[in-house]
Amino acid sequence: MWLWGSLTGSGAPPSGCLLGAGARIDLATLAGASSLGGGLEALRGRCVLLAAGDQLTAALALIELDGVARRMVLCPPDLSAEHAPAVMRDSGADAYLTDAGAAAVPGLAGLHVSSGPALQALGLTRRRSHDTEWILLTSGTSGAPKLVQHTLASLTGAFNAQEPPPGPVVWATFYDIRRYGGLQIFLRALHHGSLVLSSAAESTADFLARAAAAGVTHISGTPSHWRRALMSGAAARISPRYVRLSGEIADQGILDSLHRAFPRATVAHAFASTEAGVGFEVRDGLAGFPAALVGAPGAAVDIDVTGGTLRLRSAGNAMGYLGAHAPALKDSDGFIETGDRVELRDGRYVFIGRGGGVINVGGLKVYPEEVEAIINAQPGVRMSLVKARRSPITGAVVTAEVVLIEGAAAGAQAEELLKGEMLQACRRHLAAHKVPMSIRIVPALEVSASGKLVRPDA
Amino acid sequence: MSERATITSLFEQVAREQQRKLSPLSDDLRLLESGLDSLSFALIVARLEDKLGYDPFDTAESFPVTFGDFVRLYESHSR
Repeated sequence: MWLWGSLTGSGAPPSGCLLGAGARIDLATLAGASSLGGGLEALRGRCVLLAAGDQLTAALALIELDGVARRMVLCPPDLSAEHAPAVMRDSGADAYLTDAGAAAVPGLAGLHVSSGPALQALGLTRRRSHDTEWILLTSGTSGAPKLVQHTLASLTGAFNAQEPPPGPVVWATFYDIRRYGGLQIFLRALHHGSLVLSSAAESTADFLARAAAAGVTHISGTPSHWRRALMSGAAARISPRYVRLSGEIADQGILDSLHRAFPRATVAHAFASTEAGVGFEVRDGLAGFPAALVGAPGAAVDIDVTGGTLRLRSAGNAMGYLGAHAPALKDSDGFIETGDRVELRDGRYVFIGRGGGVINVGGLKVYPEEVEAIINAQPGVRMSLVKARRSPITGAVVTAEVVLIEGAAAGAQAEELLKGEMLQACRRHLAAHKVPMSIRIVPALEVSASGKLVRPDA
Repeated sequence: MSERATITSLFEQVAREQQRKLSPLSDDLRLLESGLDSLSFALIVARLEDKLGYDPFDTAESFPVTFGDFVRLYESHSR
């Protein structure tokens, strides 16, 4: 299967459109026009890093290059210039794509193609030559991204088996489509309707106004996106039939708030991860998921809970990680451990956090080790523990506990000075969501018999 | 210090830390037009909980839209 082939498989041109903040593209026009400025055939068989800033540009490239490129690497807009060369190396990329008019990117090598929604005549018939791999990026312990290997089949498995929704569907998503949650919506929308893409430069209220003007029926985002939408005062502009949450724990508070804001909509929360794919969708308005989903025979997704951790096995799982020292993705039974901790309460599993202390701040993962490494490098610090604190706005925020070297600070004032230096160092080296909101000096931290810091579930 | 004064000073403090330009804090200022992002609001709410000892979002019926809504959410909780 290939994307353009499946969009035109019925013989009729695709009927939907993509609505960016600055341009609209009817999918049918792609039969005779291209966003790649004549670069389509030059990219055949190559491994292409998609480094465009604009989501519509990236969306068009994904449609045009599936079945053509050997590999597409979906760089999210916040990929740092520091990590881009490593991503290029580990993915074996020999070409990269930027927004039209963008200069060559320092640190990137290979064929440079610039691309954008100002289409040019294609001059040839689209044809498939490759089973294109889709490489998604997810954050890793050291701060460098991990490369997760998917195919169009693994990415569309979750909804291809389902009946398409009845009636015309206009999707919108707060997500960037280069992230797994947004990519799911992008692929659904292509097959079953149109899509309103968000833009980093646009306010939440303006995006909702644009979605309303397009007649949005289905809309998705993380709980943090939705809290922000409710805070914008503009949520009443839309009246969707379907409201979806994923990417973070959907607590009862946000589910209830969305039911009140959209009384006519189905409010569904889905579990998905870049590695494990879509696990399940819950539509009963309650947090967590029914215990009956676990071990259900004949299900498209095998759901298992072992040692309090959720594991998934399905055709939606990624193939593996790319790179020289990539860890194994699946266990010997073919399951992927999601790292999400669950607890059985009254016949329902509820999410209680993530194993290994991983913190989810508004849908962005923070590995505590990465923050601790910065703090531990500061003078006067013996050891530190970075952990989550619950937040009604972003799900969690980061805090730190620090043990000082004996005699490093005499008195409260000296301690404050050291804490200030630690925070300064974190701000210099880390993205804002990774910087601890507070640092507490503690006399000791618990260390296990094996000599490791004892981490609470984040 | 009143809730309003505490909240105002925390908005200013977090805006400085996050290097964001804060709009003048009038009651009808929309929070999402104040210059602060979601992370900034998360920091403000966490620090308010440390200072005041409660988090009114736990029991709030709706999310505050304006700065005035935000202040009233805290004032009504403390009464």
